[in-house]
Amino acid sequence: MRSFLHRHPGVRLAGLLSAPLLWLVVAYLGALAVLLVSAFWAVNTFTGEVVREFSLQNFRTILTEDVYRNVTLRSVGVAAAVTVICVVLAVPMALYMAKVASPRSRHWLVIAILTPLWASYLVKAYAWRVLLANGGPVDWLLGGPGRGPGYGLFATIIVLSYLWLPYMILPIYAGLERLPDSLLEASADLGARGSRTFRAIVLPILVPSIFAGSIFTFSLSLGDYITVQIVGGKTQLIGNLVYANIGAANNLPFAAALAVIPVLIMVIYLVAVRRSGALEEL
Amino acid sequence: MRHKGKALAAAMAAGVLILAAGCSGNDSGNEAGSGPGGLSVPKIDKMATLGTGEGTVNVIAWAGYVEDGSTDPKVDWVSDFEKETGCKVNSKVAGTSDEMVSLMKTGEYDVVSASGDASLRLIYGGDVAPVNTDLIPNYKDVFEGLKNKQWNSVDGQPYGVPHGRGANLLMYRTDVVKPAPTSWAAVFDANSPYQGKITAYDSPIYIADAALYLMTTQPDLGIKNPYALDDTQFKAATDLLTAQNKMIGEYWSDYTKEVQAFKAGNSVLGTTWQVITNLAQADKAPVEAFLPNEGATGWSDTWMISSKSKHPNCAYMWMNHIISPKSNAAVAEWFGEAPANKLACQQTADKNFCATYHADDEAYYQKVWYWTTPIAQCLDGRTNVTCKDYSAWTQAWTTIKG
Repeated sequence: MRSFLHRHPGVRLAGLLSAPLLWLVVAYLGALAVLLVSAFWAVNTFTGEVVREFSLQNFRTILTEDVYRNVTLRSVGVAAAVTVICVVLAVPMALYMAKVASPRSRHWLVIAILTPLWASYLVKAYAWRVLLANGGPVDWLLGGPGRGPGYGLFATIIVLSYLWLPYMILPIYAGLERLPDSLLEASADLGARGSRTFRAIVLPILVPSIFAGSIFTFSLSLGDYITVQIVGGKTQLIGNLVYANIGAANNLPFAAALAVIPVLIMVIYLVAVRRSGALEEL
Repeated sequence: MRHKGKALAAAMAAGVLILAAGCSGNDSGNEAGSGPGGLSVPKIDKMATLGTGEGTVNVIAWAGYVEDGSTDPKVDWVSDFEKETGCKVNSKVAGTSDEMVSLMKTGEYDVVSASGDASLRLIYGGDVAPVNTDLIPNYKDVFEGLKNKQWNSVDGQPYGVPHGRGANLLMYRTDVVKPAPTSWAAVFDANSPYQGKITAYDSPIYIADAALYLMTTQPDLGIKNPYALDDTQFKAATDLLTAQNKMIGEYWSDYTKEVQAFKAGNSVLGTTWQVITNLAQADKAPVEAFLPNEGATGWSDTWMISSKSKHPNCAYMWMNHIISPKSNAAVAEWFGEAPANKLACQQTADKNFCATYHADDEAYYQKVWYWTTPIAQCLDGRTNVTCKDYSAWTQAWTTIKG
């Protein structure tokens, strides 16, 4: 057996790769294929049984009804805002962790960044519901009941930024850590000022890391429906519409058609990121 | 590149296989039947004899229907059942009828407390089995007015046991909302002083609440049944709700969220169930709930058994237990609804309970419009127009929320 495999490297490779490939094709691409196919089906409006007949009706509804365009734009806006907030907060934090903090405290800082990930997503979201409640701690800090932002779009952006911040800090930190201090010193020795060093040395490392982090924060925000249910007031995002169509309306085909929207947005986003050359740097 | 091509081909082959698998099968149920729109009921046998329990029963229920003492140690009608029958009760709370229908379609659950807007969908979808009431001794004590109704039976064959009925109420914070409201106008007022603090039930069926309000405020629309709305009537109802959306702080379907919102004061006015009011009051929130003078939408619930039940014996025992006089009285008092079992009226802690909730008062329930699934054939008997069906209600609900 061993000598057979030794003589046939192709078989060896196939044996090694078949399991992960099977996973990729069947579980990953297969699920996407089912999603795409069922988007063209419909449901019997009374019994809720799926009717397997090809129709473009779902997509026609999505394209013609204003509400779906509004919700899509709102979702992209939320995802973009969350990403921007995460970048603004994460860059200085990662820079401090990677270049300023002593190796000992760096350890503890990484742990501190990771700790919130140990707590349940739901617990954190409900904790924010309590924080933002009428007369809750946030209201109190801002001077009394009703003074805080309350539940709504703004609250959703804050809570999502809080939830996904570690996913932005870690790639930036990893990128900056790869940057040798000697490069910074060399730059200074050659007479570059701080801003020039930042532009010529730090930025080329930083940008791909930010793109890497933004893929996480953007896609996670785009698909979220739980946070917005808890602190979003009456706000609807794409995730809510998908959830409502599966959970409430029991209309899986329409939910699948809706789910194609974030898939397309992410594909466009990834192509744009690839164009910038950031993916090669990962 | 060569490898990439191969992988792509493999992926496409997998996709084609899945497509083929998806397209085959399921071509049954096209012959005309007695149901709405000529639908026929899938043929499913009812259980003939009761055997011994399987050790478990998986239940889908409304909040407050399955209490084992974990919410309040005094509120418990599950532990005795588990001791007597050896059937461990696993319960899952659903927030809307739509959620119940989707959950029942998974086949993972044995019984469900379905309201009228879910029961017919479940029956015609083949998700629930007819019930052999001979195996449920307590069935004989159920009010005759609840048996063999359009929402719990087909052609005289019961598809479940009646659980109880009640009305959706209007709840308000007594310290904020002054003077106390008397009508649904409070939640539909476009100039409400409580803007941003009004709440509404997050389900397409809530459109019926607007229609019910229009029945008294705009009689010229000619709405006779809030679940049978033609194009003009439907547009009036959705317009009213679109205007209301600006007043809404948040919609609720999770009862714990509503309790917390009223307690904190994020919501001060909106639809509720009695049980939510009870929980909020137990939490020391200053709230009251009442039946507004226009009447209300409501529910008449039925315990139904899944056609794919893996624990049918425990399921039958559960259905018998939950409508037993003692349990039915306990559930009814806890949830705040009229019990289904007439003997339950002697078991309630409050001796006037059945009178307060009009348990046997058919005239009272004329004013309460039980949740029903809207279908294209108008439920009020009109044949010259088509009504909006539930899928239209669902899409409208998305649009209303914006």
